[in-house]
Amino acid sequence: MLKTTPFHPRTAALCASYAWRRWAGYVVASSYGLSHEHEYHAIRSAAALLDISPLCKYLVRGKDAARLLDRVVPRDVAHAEVGRVLYTPWCDAAGKVLDDGTIARLDDALFRMTSADPGLRWLEDNALGLDVEIEDATDSIAALALQGPASRAILQEVCSKDLGALKYFRTTAAELRGAPVTISRTGYTGDLGFEVWVDAPDALAVWDALIQAGTPYGIAPAGMLALDMARIEAGLMLIDVDYISARKALIPQQTSTPFELGLGWAVNLDKENFVGKRALVEAAKRGPAWRFMGVEIEWESLEELYADVKLAPQVPAAVWRTSVPLYTDGDQVGYATSGGWSPLLKRYIALAHIESSHAAPGTRLEMEVTVEHRRMHATACVVRRPFFDPERKRA
Amino acid sequence: MVKKCDAIVIGGGHNGLVCAAYLARAGKRALVLERREVLGGAALSEEVFPGFTFSVFSYVVSLLRPEIIRDLDLPRHGLHILPLESTLTPLPDGGHIAQWNDHDQNRHELARHSLRDAEAYDELGRLLHQMARAVRPLLGMLPPDPASLRVRDLASLARLGGHLRGLAPEHFHALHKLLTMSSADYLDEWFETEALKATKSASGIIGTMLGPRSPGTAYVLLHHYMGELDGVFRAWGFAKGGNGSVSAAIAAAARRFGAEIRTGAPVANVIVKGHRAVGVALESGEEIQAKVVVSGADPRRTFLDLLGPGQLPDDFVAAIRRFRFRGASGKVNLALAELPRFAGLPDAGPHLRGAISISPSVDYLERAYDEAKYGEFSRRPYLDIVIPSLLDPAMAPPGKHVMSIFAQYAPYALNGGWTDARREAFGDAVIDTITEYAPNLKGAILHRQVITPADIERTVGLTEGNIFQGELTLQQMFFFRPVPAWARYATPVPGLYQCGAGTHPGGGVMGASGRLAAQAILGEKA
Ligand SMILES: Cc1cc2nc3c(=O)[nH]c(=O)nc-3n(C[C@H](O)[C@H](O)[C@H](O)COP(=O)(O)OP(=O)(O)OC[C@H]3O[C@@H](n4cnc5c(N)ncnc54)[C@H](O)[C@@H]3O)c2cc1C
Repeated sequence: MLKTTPFHPRTAALCASYAWRRWAGYVVASSYGLSHEHEYHAIRSAAALLDISPLCKYLVRGKDAARLLDRVVPRDVAHAEVGRVLYTPWCDAAGKVLDDGTIARLDDALFRMTSADPGLRWLEDNALGLDVEIEDATDSIAALALQGPASRAILQEVCSKDLGALKYFRTTAAELRGAPVTISRTGYTGDLGFEVWVDAPDALAVWDALIQAGTPYGIAPAGMLALDMARIEAGLMLIDVDYISARKALIPQQTSTPFELGLGWAVNLDKENFVGKRALVEAAKRGPAWRFMGVEIEWESLEELYADVKLAPQVPAAVWRTSVPLYTDGDQVGYATSGGWSPLLKRYIALAHIESSHAAPGTRLEMEVTVEHRRMHATACVVRRPFFDPERKRA
Repeated sequence: MVKKCDAIVIGGGHNGLVCAAYLARAGKRALVLERREVLGGAALSEEVFPGFTFSVFSYVVSLLRPEIIRDLDLPRHGLHILPLESTLTPLPDGGHIAQWNDHDQNRHELARHSLRDAEAYDELGRLLHQMARAVRPLLGMLPPDPASLRVRDLASLARLGGHLRGLAPEHFHALHKLLTMSSADYLDEWFETEALKATKSASGIIGTMLGPRSPGTAYVLLHHYMGELDGVFRAWGFAKGGNGSVSAAIAAAARRFGAEIRTGAPVANVIVKGHRAVGVALESGEEIQAKVVVSGADPRRTFLDLLGPGQLPDDFVAAIRRFRFRGASGKVNLALAELPRFAGLPDAGPHLRGAISISPSVDYLERAYDEAKYGEFSRRPYLDIVIPSLLDPAMAPPGKHVMSIFAQYAPYALNGGWTDARREAFGDAVIDTITEYAPNLKGAILHRQVITPADIERTVGLTEGNIFQGELTLQQMFFFRPVPAWARYATPVPGLYQCGAGTHPGGGVMGASGRLAAQAILGEKA
């Protein structure tokens, strides 16, 4: 059977659309309303409350906790001060990405790691001989993302800690209407936002407090469809959609190095050792064969294709998650993995893997689009990610 | 009356029927001669008790080749394979562990026992998928003869070599391990939950006089893992109507292509003239001539019973004598007044629609084997159970059920031999075993049919009751099956071919041997 999250009593009551989807073995709302439009706009104009409890969560504690994490991820964990949150990919010995997630240093010898796929076995196997204890807290910790320009004000209403002092990618312990929580200034929307981590028994109280405090600010519970659009605007990749974990890849071509996913910045080759380092040193020397870029489908070109069949241009109503070929002069040079129409930017955007030689921003490619049952090519321009990067995200 | 045809197929087992269907499809006049009054061999459905139909011997399908289903248009002739979605292993302490086809459901269930195993399951699944992909083409390939210098064999060997060379190093290592290790040792590298290890390793021992700790069983694990159904890997299913409906559909297809099928026609011997097989003589005395004779019976029957001494080279005969059968399993078919109720589980539900495996630990299986090693049947056997009436209600009267229990070990060479009393004692051991997990079972039994390896030999004609027409072990697979240099369906007697499960790729309701034999006869390229 599928699991429900600790927020399910609330989310189920709100889910007027009856549209649910699976996320890591849990059931979560695709959208609450009949359309996800309002939820999407809440993320960008007010605040949205998202149930992100299905994330895998591990508490790593002990004398060697930092050592273990430093060994399994390519970022520098050992030197991260208490209160830091690191976004990072991690790799297998061949330097191919297994998963990506965050590592929050809650204390000197206590970290909370999140991942998309279960990774306990992998952590334990790497912890051999280290003085560290790994606890799978996926079920015991509930998590909410409060995202959007009003998120800070809402959260401040129910929390005594000065959230103005909580910087981007920092975390702090706090009390939320009496419930002990940790709050991190993180999210998957590329907007001002926070994530609240709470013991499962306190989950409903925290939800109720945020909804109550947020209502005057226009808070809206938001589902996965709204989040999907926001994360594409933010240029953030999704495992199983935009890349395949080396753990699941059936052929080598399906794997990626962090460099090929645009995550080279998260690889610290100066670190003494970590899983995959040797392979990544070589990969860095060679340079990535692929780049993970944004593409924007040019409106005029789409308009022309539709005009030919006497139709107004049509744009997808929700994010698509299929592989769509990208060409240059008839040769395929890449593929887009997810995309959609950004209601805010009024642009048709997508995330794409493109051969390095064709991946310079400004390069004009052609993307396959189906117009009245026929496969056509629309002009797609390579652009840098993110598509949307408001000041308030870091301010 | 002397009749003439292009090809005579001895035995209307499913492989013989497949072979005849392909020959007829190619325009050959094919005649199937089945010794029994019923077709299907070990793939047979019978209404054993009024209103209760059983897939008497084989009971599930996983390896039936999709190309055969397509080529012979079997769904048109009634074939419908219904998926089995789970494997339930009840535990002695009243708990259970189940494996589900649905990924999330499976993960949650395994995580109840071990978070590590839940993760390892996916990783092993991926590896075995890759290995199955690497090895599977061999199933559809005529086995090359490595000792031959014929271009065809060399090309085929080269293809095999190329195929293996194409494996990534880690896959080559995995293949090496699978080829050399025991299934228990191999699974030890992956899992910590005993019942999971045991249930998985059971597929490495099915039908074989080996235990889960016997080397080489890891490969058999992979072999069974290659089950493919409607193009989906790893899918086990139950044929609507039982496995007899597989045979019936193939027979109908063969007839539609023009093959003639006769039952109640036991062949006494193959007629050899001038070193060539030219026909057969029936036990009735009737003789029928044919350009080729194909035997779907097992290698020992084909070469030692149907041919006279001196018609085969001595070394070949010696090799056939060494080909191991050693039946190890039996069957118990039950007609039930009600469903079994397993401790700690709901009375009815999807868990009963899949397989139920009595395999609580590797020690349990190995102990069951220990008894068989010394000539006794297992007091507490390994059991693979399905309740077909939940998948196809027409198998039993409304509200009643049939239960199919595959039981191992029941050695063919039982101390003192199989008698009626020993058969019933074996049946009791099987029923007592299940009753430990589902206490209401005993009281629910309306009728029972107990089948020992001796019964299998007597009814189906499978030597020593081996379910695969010869042990499916590494030394009897690929170009070793049944005899090196004679693994390509031809035999030392020109005009005589073999098409049964005793040839590559081996046992199971798979049809591959029948198809490949037809191709060899028709001279088609592999
Ligand atoms: C108890 C049991 C359970 C099994 N369970 C499964 C299972 O669940 N799934 C699975 O895939 N496989 C299973 N198997 C294995 C599978 O059933 C066999 O490997 C397969 O059916 C063999 O088919 P075949 O056509 O090669 O040979 P057979 O089915 O053995 O057919 C040979 C035929 O030749 C006939 N014959 C023999 N001699 C003569 C003669 N002289 N003249 C005329 N006819 C003759 C026989 O009567 C028989 O009909 C099981 C087998 C048994 C016995």
